[in-house]
Amino acid sequence: MTTADVRSGAQELPEPADEETPTWTGWVRRRALKSFPPDQLLPDRQPIYVASWIYVFGVLTIGALLVVLGSGAALALEGPTWYHTSNVGHFFNSLHLWSVELFFFFMVIHLWGKFFMAAWRGKRALTWITGAVAFLGSIGTAFTGYVVQTNFDSQWIATQAKDGLNSVGIGAWFNVLNTGQMLLWHVLLLPLVLGVLVVLHVLLVRKRGVVPPFGAINEPAQTPAVAGPAPAHTDHEEQS
Amino acid sequence: MSVLAMAASLTGPGHYVHWGVVQISVANLVVIGLMVITFVIALLLPFPKGRSKR
Repeated sequence: MTTADVRSGAQELPEPADEETPTWTGWVRRRALKSFPPDQLLPDRQPIYVASWIYVFGVLTIGALLVVLGSGAALALEGPTWYHTSNVGHFFNSLHLWSVELFFFFMVIHLWGKFFMAAWRGKRALTWITGAVAFLGSIGTAFTGYVVQTNFDSQWIATQAKDGLNSVGIGAWFNVLNTGQMLLWHVLLLPLVLGVLVVLHVLLVRKRGVVPPFGAINEPAQTPAVAGPAPAHTDHEEQS
Repeated sequence: MSVLAMAASLTGPGHYVHWGVVQISVANLVVIGLMVITFVIALLLPFPKGRSKR
């Protein structure tokens, strides 16, 4: 081995080492970098058509979800006696309720916008499916929230709901009269599933890019939508 | 008591709209109406121009 070989080898050492060492951590890193290059994962520019209010409702939904999770964590830390009796507890209880209201409000408008845009175009079927399943999971999470309020309202809702669930044969397995079971569904199982789905949904949006509206394909570049010298990704192509 | 206060009151029975087999509370109907209005505004309202790069 010559000195020149050593020099050139030293310069390119990391790449061959990755290939030659079959570790699962290296494999995960290579796959992650290949699937989600940093500039695609955290872009600083978006296509011109994103400069519309209808594209804002996805991130508004995530914002509301973060408030839901934060206020829910406060309720879990202090417990029902606190949020039923103290002023601060009432505030967090209301914050949890109204952030859920906003979460669904924004999510439904996001859903309408994407539906009329046929957002499953361009190999975005999985993005659409994860969003739709997350929407259904959110309804389940909200429903279990209604039956664990530990008040007369939750008792009324649970006794009404049990008949519907028994009629479809899942009452014994998913028992709305069992407050402990519903509480664990509400604070652990469903948020976990929902969290995974939301992360997956956002990653897929980053991977496939924001869906272009009809008629936006191959249009000439216009003024930048967000800060930047020229619109990035204006060459989005439909791959339906 | 004003109409708005009556609609928001939680002490009495809820107000419902009946339309054939459809029955929906006024509160839910108002929320759906607000979502439709927000959706239309989001489509029509111009988006602020982005800052140009320094």
